[in-house]
Amino acid sequence: MNLNLIAIVLQTALLLLLAPLMSGIIRNWKARLQNRRGPPIWQTYSDIIKFLRKDMVISEHASWVFSFAPYVVFLSALLAGLMVPMLTAQAPLSLFGGVLAVVGLLALGRFFLALGGLDPGSAFGGMGSSREMTIAAIAEPAMMLAIFTVAIGAGSTDLSHMVQASQGPAWKLFNPTHAMAFVALFIVLLAETGRIPVDNPATHLELTMIHEAMLLEYSGRYLALMEWGASIKQLVLMTLLANVFLPVDIATDTSPAELGVSALAFGAKLLVLAAEVVLVETTTAKLRLFRVPDLLSAAFVLATLALLSTFLFGQP
Amino acid sequence: MNLQPATLLTASLAGYAVGAVAGLLFLRRERAANSFAFGCASVAALCGVISCASALVTGAAAASQSFALFPSLIPYVQFTVRLDPLGAFFGLIVSLLGMAISIYSLGYARGFYGRKNVGVLGAFFNVLLLAVTLVFLADNAFFFLIAWEIMALTAYCLVSFEHEHEETRNAGVLYFVMSHLGTGCLILGFLLLFQASGGYGFDGFHALGEKMPPGKRDAVFLLFLVGFGVKAGVVPLHIWLPAAHPVAPSNVSALMSGVLIKTGIYGMTRVFFDFLGTPPNWWGVTVLTIGTVSAVLGVLYALMEHDLKRLLAYHSIENIGIILMGLGASLMFLHSGHPVLASLALIAGLYHTINHAVFKALLFLGAGAVLHATHTRNMEEMGGLAKRMRWTALFFLVGAVAISALPPLNGFVSEWLTYQSLLQGFGTTRNLIRLMFPLSGAMLALTGALAAACFVKAFGITFLAQPRSEHARHAHEAPFTMLLGQGILTAACVFLGLFPTLFLKLLDPITQQLTGQQLSAQLNASNGLVLSGVAAQGGTVSTLGITLMLLCLLPVPLVLWLCFARRAGTRIGPTWACGQASLTPQMEYTATGFSKPVRMIFKALFRPHREVQREYDFSPRFAKKLRFESHVEEIFQTRMYRPLNLLVLRLSRRLRALQAGSLQAYLIYIFITLLLLLLFAL
Repeated sequence: MNLNLIAIVLQTALLLLLAPLMSGIIRNWKARLQNRRGPPIWQTYSDIIKFLRKDMVISEHASWVFSFAPYVVFLSALLAGLMVPMLTAQAPLSLFGGVLAVVGLLALGRFFLALGGLDPGSAFGGMGSSREMTIAAIAEPAMMLAIFTVAIGAGSTDLSHMVQASQGPAWKLFNPTHAMAFVALFIVLLAETGRIPVDNPATHLELTMIHEAMLLEYSGRYLALMEWGASIKQLVLMTLLANVFLPVDIATDTSPAELGVSALAFGAKLLVLAAEVVLVETTTAKLRLFRVPDLLSAAFVLATLALLSTFLFGQP
Repeated sequence: MNLQPATLLTASLAGYAVGAVAGLLFLRRERAANSFAFGCASVAALCGVISCASALVTGAAAASQSFALFPSLIPYVQFTVRLDPLGAFFGLIVSLLGMAISIYSLGYARGFYGRKNVGVLGAFFNVLLLAVTLVFLADNAFFFLIAWEIMALTAYCLVSFEHEHEETRNAGVLYFVMSHLGTGCLILGFLLLFQASGGYGFDGFHALGEKMPPGKRDAVFLLFLVGFGVKAGVVPLHIWLPAAHPVAPSNVSALMSGVLIKTGIYGMTRVFFDFLGTPPNWWGVTVLTIGTVSAVLGVLYALMEHDLKRLLAYHSIENIGIILMGLGASLMFLHSGHPVLASLALIAGLYHTINHAVFKALLFLGAGAVLHATHTRNMEEMGGLAKRMRWTALFFLVGAVAISALPPLNGFVSEWLTYQSLLQGFGTTRNLIRLMFPLSGAMLALTGALAAACFVKAFGITFLAQPRSEHARHAHEAPFTMLLGQGILTAACVFLGLFPTLFLKLLDPITQQLTGQQLSAQLNASNGLVLSGVAAQGGTVSTLGITLMLLCLLPVPLVLWLCFARRAGTRIGPTWACGQASLTPQMEYTATGFSKPVRMIFKALFRPHREVQREYDFSPRFAKKLRFESHVEEIFQTRMYRPLNLLVLRLSRRLRALQAGSLQAYLIYIFITLLLLLLFAL
C-alpha cells in the first residue's frame, strides 16, 4: 500500500514534468527539420509559468462552466495517466480502471473542453468545439478497435495485464496484427493531439484552428491548466502506444536496475515516437476538414484488418 | 415479513387508482386536482419503490408468489400479479421515476392553469402509472394484454393532451397506429404460446420453447420481436417515437422515454429468456444487430435535431439499441453455453435499462423546465440559461455527462459492463461470427462519442453563451417542486454511478431466475469498492475510486495557483469579436452549425437538402436579404414508410368496391365468412 502511494506520487510527478518536455522536444525538432532554430526544449515550462503568473480575463458572457472546465481537463488527463503503465508494468492506479477508463477520462476532459469553448459565445470557440467533437467521434471507433485487438489477445482490458501478457521476446511483436493496430492507433494519436494532418498546433488563423480555437478566450492560470492538460494527454496517448505495443524492457519489479533500464527504454521509445510525429508534421500538409474522415476511416480499416489477421496469424 | 412487499404493492396500486379518481373529482378545481392527483401518485410510487426494492433485496423466492388482485369470473382470465425478480426490477424503475416525476409535476402542471384541464392530466397520469406497473407485474397473458392496451390508450390520450396543435394530433395518430401494429403481433404471439401450453398463466409459459417445434418457436420470437420492438422504438420501427415523445407535456415525455419504452425491453427479456428456452444462434445475432444499428442511427439522427425534446427522443432510440446489444450478446452466450457471460451481458443490458430510465427522465424534466421558462423547444432560441437557471443547468449537465457514458457517472458503468461482455464474447466461439463482438464494441464507441458531441451541443447551445431570444433573456428558475424532482433523479444518477457493486446485488435474483447464475460476488472486488470483469484479471474499474482520486489530485492545480498566481488578478471583459464593438447573439455558433461537420461526413445517410435565396440590389455580393433553409431526410420515413403508406392507401381504394352500401351484400359477406369458419372448424 505504501509502495503504491509512492508510485502514485512519483508517476504524478513524472506526468507533470515530462509532458511539457515532450511538447517542447517536438516543437524544437520540428523547427530543426524545417531549418529554423526553434524554441528551446524547455520553452513549454516557461510558457506555463508565464501563464500562471498573468492576470486572467474572463468573458462577461461565460458562466461557471467556463471556470470549471480547466480543472476537469487537467485532472482527468492526469488521472488517466496514472492508469497507464509508464516505468513499471503495474500502473499505480490500474485497479481503478483499465483502458476503457482511460479513454473515458480523456473523453470527459474533451467534453468539458468543448463546453468551455462554447461558453464565451464566440463563433471561433463554437467552431472549434464542433470540429473537435466530430473528429473525436470518428476517431473513437478506430481507437477502440485497435485497443480491442490487443485487449482480446491479453484477455483483459486492464492495461497492466495487457502489458504483461505481451511480454516476451521482442521479435514476437513484429507481426502484422500488431503492426496494423499500431499504425491505426498512431493515426488516432495524430488526430487526438491535434497534430498536422488534422489540426495545426502552431496556426494563427482562427478559421483553421480546432484545439486552439476552443482556448481563445482562456487566459492566465486557466490557460496554463488547459495547455498543460493537453500536453499530459499527449504524453498519456504516446505512453499507451509505446508501452502497450512495444512492451519491451518494462520493469516488472521495483529494483533500481530494472527501473533504470525501464526508464532508458521508455525515454527512447518516446523519443522515437516524437520523431515520427515530427516527420509526419513536416512532410505532410494539413488536410481539409472534410478529408479528415478519410484518414480516420483508413485507421478504422487498418484496425479491422488487424483484428481479422488474428485469424490468420493466431492471437497477438 | 413475507407479505410486506405484496401489501405495499397493493397499496401503491390503490394509491394510483385514488389519484386517478381524485383528478376526475376535481375537474373544475385545478389547484386541488393538481395537489391530490400528483400527491397521490408520489406517495403511491414511494410505496412501489419500497415494495419492489425489498422484494429484490429479500431474494424474492418467498415474495414471488402470485396473488389475485380481484377475482375473475371469466375462464382463462385471471387478474393475478406476481412480484418476481424481473417484474420487481422493472417495477422499481417505474416507481422510482413515477415518484420523481410526480413531485416535478406538482410544479409543472401549474403551467397549464387556465389553459388546459389539469384534472384530466392528473387522472390519465395516474392511470398510466397504474397500467405500466401492472404490465410489469401481470402473471397472466390476458391480464398483461389488458394492462398493455390501457397503457397504450392512456399514453395516446396524454400524447394528444395539447391537441390544438396539428403536429400533436398527427403524432398521436401515428403513435396509435404503430402501437396497435405491435399489439397485434403480441396477441398472435401469445396465442401461439397458449396453443403450446394450454393456459394463459405465465408460470405455464416458463421454458415453454423447449417443447415447441422450432418453426413455431421462431415465429413466436419474430412476433414478439416486432411487437415489443415497436414499443421499445428500435430501428426501423421507431418512427412514432421522435414524433410522439416531444409533443406530450414534458412530465409525460419523461415517463414515456424513461419507462414506457422499457416495457418493450421487459417483454423481450420475459419472453426470450423466461419463456423460449435456449435460443438458436440467429436470435442473438438478430437482436445484437438491431441493437447496434439502432444505437448508431439513433444518435446520428439525434445530432441533426435542434428541437431539444426531439433530440432527447432520438437518444432514447440510441439507448434502447445499447440495451439490446447487451440482451443480444446474452442470447448468443446462452446459445453457446456460457451462462456466466450470458448473465454478465444481461446485467449490462438491465443496468443500462435503469440508467437510461433515470438520466433520460432527468433530461426530459430539465427540458421541461427550460420549455416552461422560454416557451420554446427550439434550441436556436435559447442560450445563456446557465446563469438564469443555475440548478436546472447543473442537473441537466449531470444528465448529459451520464448519458454520454463519461466516467464517473452511471452511463459509463453500464457501457463498461457491455464492453466487457462483448470483449469476453470473442473467445466463446471459433467461427467468424465472433467478429461481431469487437465490431459492435467499436460501434458502441462511435455511439458514445457521437452522444458526447450531441450533448455538448444540447447543453452548450441551450445553457451557455448569450441568450438568443427575448424569452431566453427573461428566463427564470423553475419552482422548487420541479427542482426537487430533478434533484432526486440526479442523486439516483450519482448513486448508480458511484456504487455499482451495491446495486448489482439487486440484480442477483434476476440472473438467478433467467440464467441460473449469480454474479454480484464475482463482479465485486476490494470490498465492493471496485467493479471487476468476470474473467480472471479481465479488468477492473472503480468509479468511486476515480471520483476520490480526482478530488485527491485537486490540490495540484491549487498549489500551483498558490505558488505562482497569488498576485494575479481576474478581470471580467468582453469576448473578443475580431475588433468589432460588441458580440451579438447572432454571431454565436448555432445548433445547426455545430452539427454540420457530422451532417457532411454522413451525407450519404442524411441526404442534406439546402436552399439559399438572396435578394440584392446591384451585385450578388451585397445581399439585402438572405433566406436559408436546410433539412435532412429521415431515410426510413421516405424510403420505407411513405411507399408502404401509399400501398396501403391504394389497396384500400380497391377494397372500397366491397363496401357497396347495400345491406344484402353485407349479409352475403357475413354468410360466406360463417361458412368459411365452419369449414375451417371441420
